[in-house]
Amino acid sequence: MQTGINYSDKIPNNVNLSEDKALQRALEHWQPNYLSWWNDMGPEGAMQHDVYLRTAVSVDPGGWAQFGHVKMPDYRWGIFMNPKEEGRTIGFGEHKGEAAWQDVPGEHRANLRRIIVTQGDTEPASVEQQRHLGLTAPSMYDLRNLFQINVEEGRHLWAMVYLLHKHFGRDGREEADALLQRNSGDADNPRILGAFNEKTPDWLAFFMFTYFTDRDGKFQLCALAESAFDPLARTTKFMLTEEAHHMFVGESGISRVIARTAAVMNELKTDDPAKIRAAGVIDLDTIQRYLNFHYSVTIDLFGADESSNAAIFYNSGLKGRFEETKRADDHQLQGQTYGVLAVQNDTLIERQVPMLNGLNEVLRDDYIKDSVGGVGRWNKVLEKAGIAFRLTVPHKAFNRKIGMLAGVKISPDGRVVSEVEFAANEKHWLPSVEDRAFVASLMHRVVEPGKFANWIAPPVMGINRQPADFDYVRFN
Amino acid sequence: MTTEVLKQHLIDPEICIRCNTCEDTCPVDAITHDSRNYVVDADICNHCMACISPCPTGSIDNWRTVLRVAAYPTADQLTWDELPKEIPLADLPVDAVALLDNNGGGELQTNAADVSLGSVVAPASASQPTVNLHGIKNFISATVSGNFRVTQLGTESDTHHIVLDFGSANFPVLEGQSLGIIPPGVDAQGRAHHARQYSIANPRDGERPGYNNVSLTVKRVTTDYDGKPVRGVASNYVCDLKKGDVVQVIGPFGSTFLMPNSAPSHILMICTGTGSAPMRAMTERRRRLRLAGRDNAGKLMLFFGARSQQELPYFGPLMNLPKDFIDINFAFSRAVNQPKRYVQDVMRERTDEVAKLLKDDNTHIYVCGLKGMEAGVLDALRDTAVTNGLDWLALHQIFRREGRLHLETY
Repeated sequence: MQTGINYSDKIPNNVNLSEDKALQRALEHWQPNYLSWWNDMGPEGAMQHDVYLRTAVSVDPGGWAQFGHVKMPDYRWGIFMNPKEEGRTIGFGEHKGEAAWQDVPGEHRANLRRIIVTQGDTEPASVEQQRHLGLTAPSMYDLRNLFQINVEEGRHLWAMVYLLHKHFGRDGREEADALLQRNSGDADNPRILGAFNEKTPDWLAFFMFTYFTDRDGKFQLCALAESAFDPLARTTKFMLTEEAHHMFVGESGISRVIARTAAVMNELKTDDPAKIRAAGVIDLDTIQRYLNFHYSVTIDLFGADESSNAAIFYNSGLKGRFEETKRADDHQLQGQTYGVLAVQNDTLIERQVPMLNGLNEVLRDDYIKDSVGGVGRWNKVLEKAGIAFRLTVPHKAFNRKIGMLAGVKISPDGRVVSEVEFAANEKHWLPSVEDRAFVASLMHRVVEPGKFANWIAPPVMGINRQPADFDYVRFN
Repeated sequence: MTTEVLKQHLIDPEICIRCNTCEDTCPVDAITHDSRNYVVDADICNHCMACISPCPTGSIDNWRTVLRVAAYPTADQLTWDELPKEIPLADLPVDAVALLDNNGGGELQTNAADVSLGSVVAPASASQPTVNLHGIKNFISATVSGNFRVTQLGTESDTHHIVLDFGSANFPVLEGQSLGIIPPGVDAQGRAHHARQYSIANPRDGERPGYNNVSLTVKRVTTDYDGKPVRGVASNYVCDLKKGDVVQVIGPFGSTFLMPNSAPSHILMICTGTGSAPMRAMTERRRRLRLAGRDNAGKLMLFFGARSQQELPYFGPLMNLPKDFIDINFAFSRAVNQPKRYVQDVMRERTDEVAKLLKDDNTHIYVCGLKGMEAGVLDALRDTAVTNGLDWLALHQIFRREGRLHLETY
């Protein structure tokens, strides 16, 4: 297994692609379609910019973050896997202890393909969702971060397409083509998952998306990194290293928005949202409503709270739990139970279901624990500024559209409420048309090096130790 | 050793997003976390820097100068909301200063990783090293193909030359790099032993040219820093290895202590004991180039300290090297019926030649050995510069900046 990446091939890779001519040809055939999708659906009006991007030259720590200015269409998208771990065994389910699979077993082919297609579909979807954001970037630094995320989501698509081509024959190639044909928000041919058809209309939404929704990506990838199907595990492990930057953009982005709002609140000595808005920054209530929206939409992505598919995926070794190998249980979970929410007599109750069927809920709860941590760190910014307001995540039953809680009206504090009460309060709980219009009114492009839009604070440090006023993007 | 100063690696909890990338990357498992913070264990971190570039936030790149005895424990780090302020050396705790006085009031000695006095970059013409190819989670197995004692029997220093073969596996090394060996078994607390790092003693093309093997110079540890008897887990394991034994190896490590490729380049080597390993590697590299008709034409000058001639590793082979190839100077601190001489003393005796090298832009200086030698060697370099009319402060900065002064002491 090479860790260095072969850049002399048309498709950069560390999987000895040139030794499998048929596969190489198939992927070289897919490559122009990918580039044409990128040019049509990728970042708008930005293809000629030189962007300070990181590119992996090998998958070891010293090699995977090389920085330099490149045009995005020239970015070296390719196929990178973590090194193979000799003698790796399956860590959970009924095959626990057996050797990990290097090929797809026939009986799991359909399920694995579905898992890979679903994961793969989210990657180009987010590029499509974010394609107009460059036009309203609050700084050159933020513009560069957006583009970095976009090219890496593109690379994640490559990672999934490689698996489809290599291991799923003709079906796989067809699925790979379809990944370029579906489009986010397209009425006739939408992306597979709901959250990936929502608009990302402004930068507050973008930061919330990268904090919450890319974190869903992290948890899905972590669960797949445990897979018995070794090529999937190795691919997703490397993707996780890239995914971290995306969540960083979200967490630090919101943190900077809060820092700027807090500074203005202290300057004006006010907590009146109208005055805060008049000063051109985003009031904390609006930030809370955006949070409520993105959090609730994202936790839907983990799927139905009770799912026989989840049980099958786990039991057959396709998809593990978050940090499966670090857990001290039997990794088979037969006969164990887990609590999921339901509504009984107008109150939320917890009922026990077989844990194998509740694994979506297990992953959702792990996700919630992780995302609450960052919200706590945002509150530290407020605390430091001496402001009493605290952001919170809404109850996990709030605004759900999937599973047992779909259709039930729950308030952010977890009370079952009537349709009327929900409708009356919706504008306090979720971003209203006015909220979105206000945030949109602040979105103006600021791209002079070192300058930042009024509604956001500069970052604590630049990218790759570069200063904040570095020319991260060169417009040509 | 309570006065040892450490550049402690810390993670800024205000910037860190808890993404787990560093913990996943760390080849020696020095990084851990709880639900609040990610933290670095100062006892395990070997400053290999593998975690620095993958970190998406930059929070990983934080350092505080502390006394090693007062290093921030992970239990404290886990409670932090922000990093502690840097304490100026002058304000270190009173009792620590008192300890310094008890030690004769000498200068603070620097830690192997505290590279502030030496270069933090490789020589401009050095080859690109491969680093961190194998960590604890994906260690590589090597087979022992030789184990020879290189100090005379009957002396206290039991130093071994170990040859490890990697078979068909990939483990590329450069002169000056090191690797880690994981001793088998567990410690008293039932935890796996930490890997121990050893400098590689052979040039890049193998201990035997064209073979996929490396050599190490390892001294059996029988006493601790304070002279109390103790049996070093790793060194005893390594020194007792038999031909055919299989060991778990991680690395390679090191991206700065590397030799120049430019010609001519002069190499001034100053070492004690097993600190000779990288010097042997560089010398042998130059010797093979010369045999191949690609003589670098740069000077090699070596100052090599040991307790006695009998305890000096590789004494015999060194004596066989041609005088016009390398200028060798020994310093023995316990030679019978002779005054103690340390490397810095011998350097002062050769001040004219050392000064000539200091004045030459093609000179690269390498210091490797016991921690105690570093201050003395730097003093000797300073005095040599000053007595020859050179501005040492400026010169030292130039050497550091250009990757031409490398210190590795332990």
